[in-house]
Amino acid sequence: MGSNMAECHPVGFQWVMEAKLRGAKIVHVDPRFTRTSALASSYVPIRAGSDIAFLGGIVNHILENGREFRDYVVNYTNAPVIINEGFKDTEDLDGFFSGWNEEKNRYDNSTWQYAGMRVRGAVQDEETALSGEAVGYGGHGAGLEHGEPPEEDPTLEHPRCVFQLLKRHYSRYTPERVAEICGCSKEQFLEVAEALCDNSGRERTSAFCYAVGWTQHTIGVQIIRTAAIVQLLLGNMGRTGGGIMALRGHTSIQGSTDIPTLFNILPGYIPMAHAHAKQTLAEFVEMNASPTGWWGRLDAYMVSLLKAYFGARATAENDFCFDYLPRIDGDHSTYQAALGMLEGSVKGFFLFGENPAVGSANSRLHRMAMANLEWLVVRDLVEIESASFWHDAPELETGELRTAEIPTEVFLLPAASHVEKNGSFTNTQRLLQWHFKAVEPAGDCRSDLWFVYHLALRIREKLAASDDPRDRPLLDLEWHYPTEGPLEDPSADAVLREISGWDADGRAVSSFAELKPDGSTACGCWIYSGCYAGEVNQSARKRPGQEQSWVAPEWGWAWPSNRRILYNRASADPSGKPWSERKKYVWWDEQQARWVGHDAPDFTADKPPGYVPQTGAKADEAIRGDRPFIMQADGRGWLFVPSGLVDGPFPTHFEPQESPFQNPLYGQQSNPARQQLRHRLSPFNPTAGEPGADAYPYVLTTFRLTEHHTAGGMTRTVPFLAEIQPEMFCEVSPALAAERGLENGGWATIVTARTAIEARVLVTDRLAPLVVQGRPLLQVAVPWHWGTRGLSTGESANDLFGLALDPNVQIQEVRGATCDIRPGRRPRGRALRELVESYPHEQVHAR
Amino acid sequence: MSAFTTLELGKTPLSWPESYGGEQQPRMGFFTDTSVCIGCKACEVACKEWNEVPEDGLHFSGESFDNTGSLSANSWRHVAFIEQPTRVDGAEASGGDLRWLMSSDVCKHCTHAACLDVCPTGALFRTEFGTVVVQQDVCNGCGYCVPACPFGVIGRREVEDLPEVGGEDVLGLGTTHKCTLCYDRLKDGMEPACAQACPTESIQFGPLDELRERAQERVDLLHEQGVAEADLYGESPDDGVGGFGAFFLLLDKPEVYGLPPDPIVPTRRLPEIWGAAFLAGAALAGSVLAAVAGGSQ
Amino acid sequence: MSRGAGDLGAGGSDYQSYYGKPVIKEPVWEPVIPVYFFTGGTAGAVASLGLAARLSGNAALARTATYVDAVAIGVSPALLIADLGRPERFLNMLRMFKATSPMSVGTWIVTFSGLATGVATSLELFGRLPRAKLAAEVAAGALGPFLSTYTAALLADTSVPAWHEARRELPFVFAGSSAASAGAACALIAAPGPARPARRLAIAGAALELAAGSVMQRRLGFLAEPYKRGRGGALATAAKTLTTAGALTMGLRGRERTGAVAAAALLLAGSLAERLAIFRAGLDSARDPRYTVVPQRQRVDQRAATAA
Repeated sequence: MGSNMAECHPVGFQWVMEAKLRGAKIVHVDPRFTRTSALASSYVPIRAGSDIAFLGGIVNHILENGREFRDYVVNYTNAPVIINEGFKDTEDLDGFFSGWNEEKNRYDNSTWQYAGMRVRGAVQDEETALSGEAVGYGGHGAGLEHGEPPEEDPTLEHPRCVFQLLKRHYSRYTPERVAEICGCSKEQFLEVAEALCDNSGRERTSAFCYAVGWTQHTIGVQIIRTAAIVQLLLGNMGRTGGGIMALRGHTSIQGSTDIPTLFNILPGYIPMAHAHAKQTLAEFVEMNASPTGWWGRLDAYMVSLLKAYFGARATAENDFCFDYLPRIDGDHSTYQAALGMLEGSVKGFFLFGENPAVGSANSRLHRMAMANLEWLVVRDLVEIESASFWHDAPELETGELRTAEIPTEVFLLPAASHVEKNGSFTNTQRLLQWHFKAVEPAGDCRSDLWFVYHLALRIREKLAASDDPRDRPLLDLEWHYPTEGPLEDPSADAVLREISGWDADGRAVSSFAELKPDGSTACGCWIYSGCYAGEVNQSARKRPGQEQSWVAPEWGWAWPSNRRILYNRASADPSGKPWSERKKYVWWDEQQARWVGHDAPDFTADKPPGYVPQTGAKADEAIRGDRPFIMQADGRGWLFVPSGLVDGPFPTHFEPQESPFQNPLYGQQSNPARQQLRHRLSPFNPTAGEPGADAYPYVLTTFRLTEHHTAGGMTRTVPFLAEIQPEMFCEVSPALAAERGLENGGWATIVTARTAIEARVLVTDRLAPLVVQGRPLLQVAVPWHWGTRGLSTGESANDLFGLALDPNVQIQEVRGATCDIRPGRRPRGRALRELVESYPHEQVHAR
Repeated sequence: MSAFTTLELGKTPLSWPESYGGEQQPRMGFFTDTSVCIGCKACEVACKEWNEVPEDGLHFSGESFDNTGSLSANSWRHVAFIEQPTRVDGAEASGGDLRWLMSSDVCKHCTHAACLDVCPTGALFRTEFGTVVVQQDVCNGCGYCVPACPFGVIGRREVEDLPEVGGEDVLGLGTTHKCTLCYDRLKDGMEPACAQACPTESIQFGPLDELRERAQERVDLLHEQGVAEADLYGESPDDGVGGFGAFFLLLDKPEVYGLPPDPIVPTRRLPEIWGAAFLAGAALAGSVLAAVAGGSQ
Repeated sequence: MSRGAGDLGAGGSDYQSYYGKPVIKEPVWEPVIPVYFFTGGTAGAVASLGLAARLSGNAALARTATYVDAVAIGVSPALLIADLGRPERFLNMLRMFKATSPMSVGTWIVTFSGLATGVATSLELFGRLPRAKLAAEVAAGALGPFLSTYTAALLADTSVPAWHEARRELPFVFAGSSAASAGAACALIAAPGPARPARRLAIAGAALELAAGSVMQRRLGFLAEPYKRGRGGALATAAKTLTTAGALTMGLRGRERTGAVAAAALLLAGSLAERLAIFRAGLDSARDPRYTVVPQRQRVDQRAATAA
């Protein structure tokens, strides 16, 4: 679901085909019948954005029919835990949970806590005045002061136990409701639900694969959460052939959050410190650590990171230079940054391998924003639209921009490609894989590593004589890396070694367990710690699959500690025996008094299954021997999330920001906590029930093609790729084509409140007309790969979207919105703006 | 006795593979299992890249995801896409009742290859691997092979088909082009570029008899699984071209994919053809004699 | 859509295709090729006529025939070479002799014919070496009939439905057409007396062309459509009309100067039109997948029915 693996991960999809060959059933649930659907055993069409209804329906089906894996649920999830009696569900409050603060536009989660205690997030949420980001990555572990919840009912009968609350929350997600909301048939839904249930349990497991079809919604995180609930109920987490695989969108995007390029986290998902309060390192750790679970060692991770950054200059006396770290004082996410550019508060911008002029939601706004910068540095393989906007943006044609008046000084610097540099990729499945330089980069092309390294050297040189305290952090950075070759490339290998970390004697550590809070260890990213164990670049191992076990641990290196399946303690029952012989993976060996198996056990190696922590035990020692989910404070998989997500402890079906349908389940139409960024350049379409909604009767969704990659800079410039998908197009069903007079192979203009773009038309049965809430639903689907540069050029789909974001992670909702579509090419020049302005905008703020 | 025969001036006719003497190789080919094709077109791209086949036009076809159209001098692998609403009890298809066939087409490297039979310059020849290759330095672009091929594979590279590329000699303008089964790669013990690139092993490369066995197993398995319409195309040496060197597993009739249902190499009818030409020539001679015999004046 | 527009009338059944695209590739040849069929065919028949005339003592006709042959076969290689993708490599045609390739066989026929004709013509012009001249004329005359008919074999030995399925009749059409144009050309130039055999040959050739053409279309069944519809049909009709008119004129008025000229013009035009018609019909039959798919599908279904 929420993914198109055959098209977007074709090489990975070969394993799905292998599984199919061995008898696995492949189910594809998607608004479009894609190349994945073509190879699946069955395909179920659904309305874009209705995934929580579908998955919630599965939860309901499991619970109503007693199909849950009982032993697993009772022992390994927080199903038995009793929740605070002040908790109110969306069933009680017509789409809200208890604790909604209308003014602040956020939830206060105190009523969501476990009864009898205060659960502190591993990332504290109420101290910060910021919505979302502080807890964005904090789901991993709330601080349970005593390690075990005080009130539980192992019979799962108590009315306020999680199990019963869950049942009640999804009680109205019946098969009929699912069909009504999603547009599939009851039979199709039940077939999927039954197949999942039949194929889960001791002997069999089922897996989910998702991608941005789930994440790019205002309820994106909650969609994934619903799948997590399903998998926990069915006992599929931490087991072979089970789990939830996130199919990432780029080769190393997993790495880009691990060693983050995100504003609000430090390496290893440690939160960035906020500027709102003067905070010592100890206070920071206190606020963000969890007393129990592996987050309990946050101090070790943080100090080791600071030692990596500042080397010998970081000492216990100066709080390990904790003060040197920049602080955030607001939401600095991509979209906020763009708004800041428009407003003039963001003056300069570095763009490394990203192309917001095509790739970000409301790409038009981004072009206008970058046209307001003082300077912009773009490093890429070709001249991308974000570097060329000043001479070829569509806004020049409408007169909204004039080249001579754009103040931005654009520096376009050529980048080296991945074959021209050493380095690693971290992709789907958390796997680090090293790639070797094959050729030197041509001309002035340089790797990002070279650029950042040498840029810092030059800036430090310029600042060398400075006595401004503001310059100290840069000057005190530990910045000596060996360089190689004629271009003085810093050694990526050396950087990886620093990321992995070393001990007081300068020897590479083997795992994050060896990291210390006393300044004797250094480590650039605690979850990567051990990737250079034994002074060997573990990520560069390429032992062929035929020469090792089926788990293949000697190909690359997965974080943490080369564990291939997380939480794999769950593949054994509470006594440490595998749930079945067929599915054995990791188990307790009584003789060796250790956990053994096919993978690195994701558990303290010598902690016996019967281990019970003493009172006052800390960190991982506070986790029992039969609780596999060691990152959580109580070691359990959370069906109910008391802390860590800003928009609710249970996923709830909400309509997208822009929808032709009113929410049939609740009075609250859309996710109340969602971020809505409004700007003159980014009004919303009116949604169902608001005046003018009829002007945008169709659901608009985006998709990707195998033939092109993201914003198209690497593919629309290559002749062999450009010619196999040569033009921007839209997909419509024959019914929609008939309704709007569209011709296959002709042109269409797609309109939203932001702008209108043109595209060729592909009329196809693969976009099934659905019936939703008794009305026909027609969808328009567009690929978002096109822009003005390259051999194959076209209009950008992202121009159409507004800025409604998931509140936990600020991801844009581009997978479900509304639009109108008209036959023919769009008007040129000023007439384009006139057309768009003739359509209604949202007048009332959507709720 | 080989399945291949041809006649060359100045050489005693030897059958393949004996004609290669010490360089003999087993016959190599492709088995393309379209039941596992994901339509990714890696085969098209790998082929073009390796063989430096020019890009031949950026045109949106509106024919599903097929913007290549057909095999030609400038497309040696072509992935076909067929969207079929599946009918249930004669009723119109509704959402979800859909089938999307995807198939990577290629030169069949026929056992009895029409292109090779009709080539007057000897540019087309049978390699030691049993494949059919055009020698680019011999071909003079007479174009006879083009309509001879029962599958419409081989084409002549014309400058009009390459709008974005300049007309330089190096591109092989004016001569005919088709899949070489990566002859150069085979000589170095490698597999063809398309087979290497294919992520799902839809394109399988190997000794032809091995591939035929594997294909039979695969189609039997599919039949067991209830996929009755799965069928092999071109695997039988008894067919009209003596069996394909690159054969297929299809999930519908060949013509649905643009393939001929019952291809026959025109050479098979050559006795008839020469016979008729001879008789007609005789008739002409007879008419001439009769006309003259009537006397002048 | 994969469903082709099923035409229940033609050839029987509803058929399927891939977006209506051709299955085979149409020839890349330009119309100079059917023009060559015309010139080469004329050359072949006229060489035979000239030889027969020479042997029967009709020196005037023999001379006319030689000169017509020279022109016809003189221009032919130029037409053929011009249509090559790489004209500068035309000599590669002579790398080998391949019996399975009508083009290879034909190239050699044209080569030897051309040489023989060249010798005969020069010797005729300069009035020298009569025995050598005769030898050359014998060579050209003997090759003549096959020069005129091999081109039909060339067309038939392709996968083009309108040609391949007409493989038995096409050579007779070409033979007749060549005879008609050869006879017409000579009747146009030679004096009426000596030209009598030429007139007879022209009429016989026209009759053969028309008869063979008719049999061909009947035997083709629905595959004859390209000869009846569109540009192919128009050219075929023109050819039939011109040839018929030409034959009649030749028969009734051929002995008079104006009659001979008119008849010759009609027959020459008719013969050329016939070559163009066949060429066009072939291209059209290649373009429409129906003509490839329907007969083949019928064969497959029949085999399956018999086997069942």
